[in-house]
Amino acid sequence: MTIKFSEQQLNKVNEIIARYPEGKQKSALIPILHIAQDEFGGWLDAPVMDYVAEILHILPIEVYEVATFYSMFNMKPVGKHLLEVCRTGPCMLNGSDEIIDYIKEKLGISEGETTPDGMFTLKPAECLGACGYAPMMQLGKFFREHLTKEKVDKLIDELRAQEKN
Amino acid sequence: MPQGFRLLTFDIKMGVKVLLDNDHIEGIRYYDTYRKHGGYRAAEKAFKMAPADIVEEVKKSGLRGRGGAGFPTGMKWSFLAKPEGVPRHLVCNADESEPGTFKDRYLMEFHPHLFIEGLLISSFALGSNTTYVYIRGEYAWIPDILEQAITEAKNNGWLGKNIQGTGFDCEIYVHRGAGAYICGEETALIESLEGKRGNPRMKPPFPAIQGVWMRPTVVNNVETIAAVVPIINMGGDEYAKIGMGKSTGTKLLSVCGNVNKPGVYEIDMTISVEEFIYSDEYCGGIPKGKRLKACIPGGSSVPIIPANLLLKTAKGETRMMNYESLSDGGFASGSMMGSGGFIVLDEDQCVVRHTMTLARFYNHESCGQCSPCREGTGWMYKILKNIEYGKGKMSDIDLLWDIQRRIEGNTICPLGDAAAWPVAAAIRHFRDEFEWHILNPDESQRRNFGLAHYADPIHIPASA
Repeated sequence: MTIKFSEQQLNKVNEIIARYPEGKQKSALIPILHIAQDEFGGWLDAPVMDYVAEILHILPIEVYEVATFYSMFNMKPVGKHLLEVCRTGPCMLNGSDEIIDYIKEKLGISEGETTPDGMFTLKPAECLGACGYAPMMQLGKFFREHLTKEKVDKLIDELRAQEKN
Repeated sequence: MPQGFRLLTFDIKMGVKVLLDNDHIEGIRYYDTYRKHGGYRAAEKAFKMAPADIVEEVKKSGLRGRGGAGFPTGMKWSFLAKPEGVPRHLVCNADESEPGTFKDRYLMEFHPHLFIEGLLISSFALGSNTTYVYIRGEYAWIPDILEQAITEAKNNGWLGKNIQGTGFDCEIYVHRGAGAYICGEETALIESLEGKRGNPRMKPPFPAIQGVWMRPTVVNNVETIAAVVPIINMGGDEYAKIGMGKSTGTKLLSVCGNVNKPGVYEIDMTISVEEFIYSDEYCGGIPKGKRLKACIPGGSSVPIIPANLLLKTAKGETRMMNYESLSDGGFASGSMMGSGGFIVLDEDQCVVRHTMTLARFYNHESCGQCSPCREGTGWMYKILKNIEYGKGKMSDIDLLWDIQRRIEGNTICPLGDAAAWPVAAAIRHFRDEFEWHILNPDESQRRNFGLAHYADPIHIPASA
C-alpha cells in the first residue's frame, strides 16, 4: 500500500492546518491522524505515523506518543467493522455485559479479537456518552443504541450482506 | 389503596425552560427556523453592548460552570489576561466524557445554532477572534452538524470578518479529540488541542493567563456557553431570578440507568429529587414498579447515595435538585450536582459491580502522570474485581478505603479525586453489601444483594 494522501485529502489536511496559528501546525495532529486511520486500513502502522510526522514537520516520536495515548487510534490491525461496545456503569445497569457475551458467542471471538474472515473486531469500550440510550456500541462514525440481541443479529446480518454485494 | 400505587408527596408543576424551550420546533437545527424563532437576537443585543458589560451581565446572572465544577462563569471570564498584542482564545469544552453525562451532545446535535450564538457572544465578550470547540472524538457525526451550522451562520453574516458591521472578526473551528476522558480537564484539553498527549498541566499558571499556545484562554462547557444566550436576552438579573439561592438559572440533566424515561431534561432547580425521579414530566419512575436503591446524581465521579439520603437530607429536609441541596451534608450524607449525569440504580442492581465498572473506567482513563492515580486506580480495580467475583477478603474493604484516601488530593488534576470518590462513597453507604459479597462468595455469583436499610423510604408495598 502506498502511503500517500490523495490531492483532495491533502487539501483537507492543509485546510485543517490553517485553523491553527502559524508555526502551531502540530495542533492539527489528532484531526489528521483520524483521516490517516480512516484512509490507511483502520489502524496506524509506523510508516503511516511517519508520513503524518513528515506532513506536519514534527518528529515521528511526537506522533507515536500521541497515537498511543488516545483510545480511538488502533495500534494494531482491526477487522473491517470495529464493534466497540460500552460497558461502563450506566450501560452495565442496562445489560451491556449480556450484549458483549452474546457478540462473543455469536462471532466466536473474545474481547479484542477479530473474526478469521477479518470482518469483525470486538472491542469493549469505556463510556461513550450515550448512557441514556444504553446498551450501545460505536460502529464507525455512528452509535447503535438501545441494543438487544435481535438488533445485534440484524446488524451483523446486514454487514455480512453488504460484504457479499 | 390499589396495588403498586405510589403516594406522591409533591405537586406537579412545569419548570421554566430557557435552553430547550424550542425543543419541540421541527427544524430548529437549521438557521432559518432558529432565526424565525428569535435566534441571534441575543447576538444583536450583545453587539450593541461593550464587551465588559456582557461579562457584567454574566456575573449578575450567577451562572456557574455547567461542566461539573460549578465555578462562577462571570468570575472566570474576568480573570482573562489581556496583554497588548497577544491573541486570546475561547475554547469550548465539548469533550463530555463523564459517565452518565450526555447533555452537551443533545445541545450540539439538536440546537447547534443556540450553541453557536452562545459561542459568538462569548467570543465577542472575551475578544476571541479564533474560537475552538474541542469535541470528544467518539461524537464523530456531530462535527458535521456543527460545521453545517457554522457555514449557515457565516453565510448570514454572523461569523467571519466584520460581523454585522461591528468590526469584530470571529471564526469557530471544531476540533475532534480521539478518546480520552482526561481531555475534559481544561489543561489536558489545552495540551490535546496543541497536538500532544492529554496530560494535565500544573496550575498556576491558569489558562486565563497562559492557556493554549501560552495565550490567555477561557475554557467553558457547551451548556455554559449556550446559557449565555438567554442571559443576554433576558438580562443577568432576570436570569438570576430563575432557580434557588446560588443555583441560578436552569440546568440540563442527562438521566440514565433504571428509569422509565431516560434522556435529557432541563430543570429550573426548584424541584425535589423525588419529583424529578417519579413525575411523568421527567424520569417517570423506576421500570417494572421496582424500588429505588441508589443514585449518582451528578456524573460517575460524585458520591453514590442510597435512596433514603437521596430523597431527604440527613436533617430530614426534602432534597432538591440544585447545587446546594444535592451537596447538603457534605460527603458524609450528600453528593453533588456535578455535570448533571443522573444515574439511577433499582433494587436489583449490584453496587459492588457498578463500582467495579467505574474503577475500571478511571483506571483506563488515568493519564499516568501521577503515581497515586496511575497505580491507585488499577489497584482499586483489581481489588473490586476480586470482591465482585467472589475472591475478596474482609481486609480488602479497608485496603480500598486506604488507597482511595491516598489518591484524593495527591494528584495534579481532579481525575484522582474523581476516581477516589465513587469508591469511598460506595463503601461509606454500602459496606454491608461489600461484606456480603466477601462472606458469600458463591451466592454472590448467582444473585445480587438487593436492598437493605436504605430501601426506598416512600415505597408502599404492593400488599399494603
